[in-house]
Amino acid sequence: MPLDFKLYDTENFYDELIQPSGAPRPGAKILVGRIEALHDGEIIARQKAAEAAMYNMGITFTVYGNDESTEKIFPFDIVPRIVEAKDWEYIERGLKQRIHALNMFLDDIYHKQKILKDKIIPADMILSASSFRPQCVGLDVPRGIWCHITGTDLIRDRDGQHYVLEDNLRCPSGVSYVLENRQVLKRTLPIAFEASRVRAVDDYPARLLETLQFLAPDNIPSPTVVVLTPGMYNSAYFEHSFLAQQMGVELVEGSDLVVMDGYVHMRTTSGFQRVDVIYRRIDDDFIDPKAFRADSVLGVPGLMDVYRNGRVALANAPGTGIADDKAVYTYLPQIVKYYLGEDMILPNVPTHICADEKEREYVLANLDKLVVKATNESGGYGMLVGPHSTKEQQTQFAELIRKNPRNYIAQPTLALSRAPVLVDDHFEGRHIDLRPYILYGKDIYVVPGGLTRVALKKGSLVVNSSQGGGSKDTWVLS
Amino acid sequence: MLSRVANSIYWMSRYLERAENVARFIGVNLNLSLDMPGEYGEQWGPLVNITGDGEFFTKRYGETTRENVLHFLTFDRDNPNSILSCVRHARENARSVREIISSEMWEQANHFYLMVKDAAANKSSLENPHDFYQNVKTESHLFDGITEATMSHGEAWHFLQMGELLERADKTSRILDVKYFILLPDQHVLGAAIDNIQWSALLKSASALEMYRKHSKQITPSKVAEFLLLNKDFPRSVQSCLRRATNSLRAITGSQQDDFSNVIERRLGKLLADLNYTQIDEIISCGLHEFLDGLQTRLNKIDDAIFESYFTLRPLTGRSAT
Repeated sequence: MPLDFKLYDTENFYDELIQPSGAPRPGAKILVGRIEALHDGEIIARQKAAEAAMYNMGITFTVYGNDESTEKIFPFDIVPRIVEAKDWEYIERGLKQRIHALNMFLDDIYHKQKILKDKIIPADMILSASSFRPQCVGLDVPRGIWCHITGTDLIRDRDGQHYVLEDNLRCPSGVSYVLENRQVLKRTLPIAFEASRVRAVDDYPARLLETLQFLAPDNIPSPTVVVLTPGMYNSAYFEHSFLAQQMGVELVEGSDLVVMDGYVHMRTTSGFQRVDVIYRRIDDDFIDPKAFRADSVLGVPGLMDVYRNGRVALANAPGTGIADDKAVYTYLPQIVKYYLGEDMILPNVPTHICADEKEREYVLANLDKLVVKATNESGGYGMLVGPHSTKEQQTQFAELIRKNPRNYIAQPTLALSRAPVLVDDHFEGRHIDLRPYILYGKDIYVVPGGLTRVALKKGSLVVNSSQGGGSKDTWVLS
Repeated sequence: MLSRVANSIYWMSRYLERAENVARFIGVNLNLSLDMPGEYGEQWGPLVNITGDGEFFTKRYGETTRENVLHFLTFDRDNPNSILSCVRHARENARSVREIISSEMWEQANHFYLMVKDAAANKSSLENPHDFYQNVKTESHLFDGITEATMSHGEAWHFLQMGELLERADKTSRILDVKYFILLPDQHVLGAAIDNIQWSALLKSASALEMYRKHSKQITPSKVAEFLLLNKDFPRSVQSCLRRATNSLRAITGSQQDDFSNVIERRLGKLLADLNYTQIDEIISCGLHEFLDGLQTRLNKIDDAIFESYFTLRPLTGRSAT
């Protein structure tokens, strides 16, 4: 029997593909029709073929712990997620506004700190944050841009409203999966893909290169751009090498670079060669042992001095972490209003700051209903999902919050939207989110697509790959 | 190109060539033992000596049984020169230069590794060893073919060639040594017929039998040695490997023929000249094994020089900014 959606139940969640009546949403009509027209077992065979292709292509991440067979493919579901044109137009507008404001915020925080002086944000909250970098105060970054590459996590609630869950302005990863998922889906569902008029994401590497070249110091006709990686044992190494390959630039490790005569050079077989722009995929802490953590062996000693002198560009700029601090996030509506004089287009998820006494009491009294997050953690670590937690876990978090309230925020447990996922021989709904990528160069560009992450465990709300999440291709319709 | 990248590419191809040649050693021995009259038994000890890992082997395994030696050379993770280790290193190197090589090359390196890894996990994979070792050779040939057809023949490719050719030159000389070690105990006992069969088996292991036949009709020890060492046309002969390695080196340095700009070119040029102007009779009368030994030492020195000249670039002291 061919697979269909007749028994598929949206269970009172917002489903991205199927309406509560069981009929596909308008944008998903072609896709659903096509999947139902495939003959017996075909979709399962195509799912398997897609997984085998990824394994052979080595699109894997490393699982630490055991010796051999430590590589797994990032779980991938064959049914794409569809974003209709009007929804995308809204998301795109919202993201551009957000990035514009966040960049102005960063420039202000590291210069005049007007927003603190005007008491829009408590100064103490910024200056005490571990992601605030005193080393960056007074830094004039190339073209005034701090956050060149951002990945913003969006979710959709039961009523269909999109919310920003968090901004990632440090070294957001995952864009390589967007591009690879697309390659695989074009091969596995070519007819539905073509008929659905999906917007292309394939020019991302070219646009990224343009964004990076734009930052090069003046008077350099063809700047040398490199991607700086912590090395092949980093879990995102595949992406680093993929992006370097697609842009046609060198992938370097810290030990390949050396500061000499006031410039950054790379060691080549024909001597030292000057480097103008570094797309670094190493955290601030590790990029320069002279400026940040002295024990870092991944970075380049003296890099920050060259940067300060405008002789090399870094993307993203160091210090951007303060803008995605989860406590700063709660001030985003004020930040947008302050710098742009506009109302924020894409809302935040309502958030309780535990540093505030009143809010803290509310959080402590409602731990079984809320999602609690550490402000400086990512990847789904340091997190309590209230409705899915035990009494012991709640007691443990209550203690953590009391001990260090600045470190925690809490949000209501949202009913994340779902999409159908192939489970054995049928489709089931699973919760998803969406991470679009934004490039800030000559202007702000939002990649029409993004990484749709899926919580593959039934009922789970945690989409992170380190916690059993997978991904889907994201089809933005034109 | 980056020194680190050049290093990785050089070693990627060296490791793959090494894995292929370990399969060839084992192949020659499997062939030889099949053809050996029963009373001489199988000789597996010499194989571990040839790869230079004799001491390490004895410590870990003791007896040189067929099973022990095959495991040591094929699947032993702690032996850095086992096929599994070589292919794993090669693939790690390929992964670290994925942006430099073609994606087809990477996929083949990955495929090669997965094949060997799966075989290592499967107890029955050495029940028919010929098939497995044949597969190893085929995977390696595929990689070479894909490389030839998909990678620009620029600087990175020349480093890749140097790694492959220097490794092959070394290993061809060691394949000749297999026969030397096996013959050593009872040089005069074996009849000419057996001897002939053994030399054929050896040529076969270097994929050289058919090409040798076109070159000389009769199989004689000195002609075989001449073919594998000095022949100018056969792509696995030492002379041919070193000549092409020299060409790649010149493409990297830009030096003119008969000139040199660094110590690698000097050492490699000298060694090639020696091969070009040496006759096989001289080699045999001075001792084939001694000659091979000397050759291997000189190849090691060339490798050292490559490392020094290209892979370790240090900033001049006093110039680095503070």
